Amino acid sequence: MNRREAVRRLALLMGGVMIGSEVFLSGQSAPDKGPMPAFSDADRALLDKIGDTIVPKTDIPGAADVGIGAFMVMMVNECYSEKQHAIFQDGLAKINAASTAKYGATFDKLTPAQRTDFANALDAEQKAYTLKKTKDQPTHYFRMMKELSVLGFFSSEIGCTQAVRYIEVPGAYHGDIAYKKGDHAWY
Amino acid sequence: MSEQSFDAIVIGSGVSGGWAAKELTENGLKVLMLERGENIEHITGYVNALKAPWEVPHRDRLSNKTREEHPIPLRDGFMHEANANYWVKDHESPYVETRPFNWFRGYHVGGRSLMWGRQSYRWNRFDYEANLNEGVGVDWPIRYEDMAPWYDHAEAWAGISGSMEGMEQLPDGNFLPPMELNVVEKDVAARIKAHYKDSRRMIIGRVANLSVAHNGRNNCQYRNKCDLGCPFGAYFSTQSSTLPAAVKTGNLTLRPFSIVTRIVYDKDSKKATGVEILDAETRQTYEYNSKIVFLCASSMNSAWVLMNSATEVWPDGLGSSSGELGHNIMDHHFRAGASGEVDGFLDRYVFGRRANGFYIPRFRNLFGDKRDYTRGFGYQGSADRKGWQREVAEIGIGAPMKDALCEPGSWQVGMTAFGEVLPNHDNKVTLDKAVKDKWGLPVLNFDCAIGPNEKKMRVDMANDAAEMLVAAGLKNVKPYDNGYALGQGIHEMGTARMGRDPRTSVLNKHNQVWDATNVFVTDGSCMVSSSCVNPSLTYMAMTARAANFAADALKKGDV
Repeated sequence: MNRREAVRRLALLMGGVMIGSEVFLSGQSAPDKGPMPAFSDADRALLDKIGDTIVPKTDIPGAADVGIGAFMVMMVNECYSEKQHAIFQDGLAKINAASTAKYGATFDKLTPAQRTDFANALDAEQKAYTLKKTKDQPTHYFRMMKELSVLGFFSSEIGCTQAVRYIEVPGAYHGDIAYKKGDHAWY
Repeated sequence: MSEQSFDAIVIGSGVSGGWAAKELTENGLKVLMLERGENIEHITGYVNALKAPWEVPHRDRLSNKTREEHPIPLRDGFMHEANANYWVKDHESPYVETRPFNWFRGYHVGGRSLMWGRQSYRWNRFDYEANLNEGVGVDWPIRYEDMAPWYDHAEAWAGISGSMEGMEQLPDGNFLPPMELNVVEKDVAARIKAHYKDSRRMIIGRVANLSVAHNGRNNCQYRNKCDLGCPFGAYFSTQSSTLPAAVKTGNLTLRPFSIVTRIVYDKDSKKATGVEILDAETRQTYEYNSKIVFLCASSMNSAWVLMNSATEVWPDGLGSSSGELGHNIMDHHFRAGASGEVDGFLDRYVFGRRANGFYIPRFRNLFGDKRDYTRGFGYQGSADRKGWQREVAEIGIGAPMKDALCEPGSWQVGMTAFGEVLPNHDNKVTLDKAVKDKWGLPVLNFDCAIGPNEKKMRVDMANDAAEMLVAAGLKNVKPYDNGYALGQGIHEMGTARMGRDPRTSVLNKHNQVWDATNVFVTDGSCMVSSSCVNPSLTYMAMTARAANFAADALKKGDV
């Protein structure tokens, strides 16, 4: 019953979209999920590549360094509804088919630059779709992958200690401190 | 005194039950406190309180398993992975909705005092007079002056941080130093104050988090993980505050897993003689005797206990002779407000996670303002810099996105109103004997909805918020109304109201059931109207007032 958090989330949703939560907030009732096709090792490897394209290694580690493929598989298996799960799995096939059509190779065989270009095109596609979609239409598969990649990376130990800053016990509150460009955000 | 016999029995261990146990034991009474759920030990029982984000398996998102176990809390956003264990498993304790009611329950020692929002406001003198002045419901049998010393008493023990404002609609209290508005909130507050010539004010929330060490408890560590239980004991809960005080007297017996099935009523003496319980684990029935009973099981469950009691005299239960038991369900309606974007302040930031926000006290239908509805609302919200969860519209994926998300985004302000709900006899809960819970007990059937007054108020709740944010210079200001059904505010009230006349109320001015004066009901069910401010502080004060009255009366032989 953390009211302030609930209010903040409410306001954020009104103000626009929010990575890391959309899928999880979209279901207002308990899911009735039947058995789903298992993710293969190849799926997991492909998801590692996709996640690492979305959140790549820079001067700090990237999504592959936090095991993003395994994280995505776990989250889709355990948190997604049957419908969301199916859209996510279909998305993997779509990515390889589109990659083959455009580059003549599956996503994992692309050069890093090609992967980034391709994923940016998918991101533009999901953004355009998300802007137009009605409440009842499903989330775009690439948006799901982006949400899970960002969530899995920033909430990991590496994310919380190297990409953003997390202090378990701040001990005080200061409502007006100096910030300079480049300082990392609080988790 | 036998093992089964006590001076007082307290039913429930949440905000109200904890206060009853504290006050009664400190008056020297031997008290049995009954809790239907399990025990959660202070500190060691807060299993997720010290976990880092990466130690929470689904990163605080809800798994399908959690959703299946707790479908009712999905109707709002208070449950998350790390505190899901504090919410009732709904399939064990079902209820019926003839019309919808969102019932978010916590069945364990401490009740919802472990997960509550901690916002703590006194009612004002208008709140206690509004029903009389408007001819709505029945008149409160007490006034602000009756409650003021007990607000002092409750605040002094619980520890409420807040600012002294001198506002008649939000009485000042016995406060610890206030928390701090952040730099953007201060700017917005100054602009609102100037624009509305101080007829509207944005202040720091008054909250039951300790801004300084208090009564042997640590000060708030600004972790904002209160709803997991606080290992520092820095916010008010039964475990951190009232239970240790009651235990210290040596007069308390706490019995978890004790579902009270009825208050045992003796029709010759017209008094309760004790209670009957069902042990939730062994399913054995036990009876305990006492001179007085404090019913603090939360508004709806207290009504349930009364409906199941003394049915041999009154088929609809103890307190039903008024025709008002289970009626007049109230809550606070919310989820209407506005959000906006702030230009600038990009060189300013905060340190720490403040478990509090701003508050804008009621300004409607006061001091000459007159709307096409009655009563009013207050706002809660905050200003924050956006975090890594934001989508950056102009950036795609890859290193540019990652670099951007490592830094905070722009500032935004979001707020929601909390509005008063009028008492309405048609908003009711009854026993449904056709449906049984896990223990074979009949369940509650809700039949209630907000009315025209609340619906008209919601228009102002969204528009007034947007108008203030525009006046404060924000951009992209968006009013919203995300819909609301009773119960969602988790401020349920009114099912056993106080009053001046036994024909129209269940309780008298000392929270005694008119038909059994040694039974006191002091949780939300006693409320005659709902005000627009968070109710828990009033339950604390009301319970302390009734408990000290009861202890005195017992000494004098009056109950």
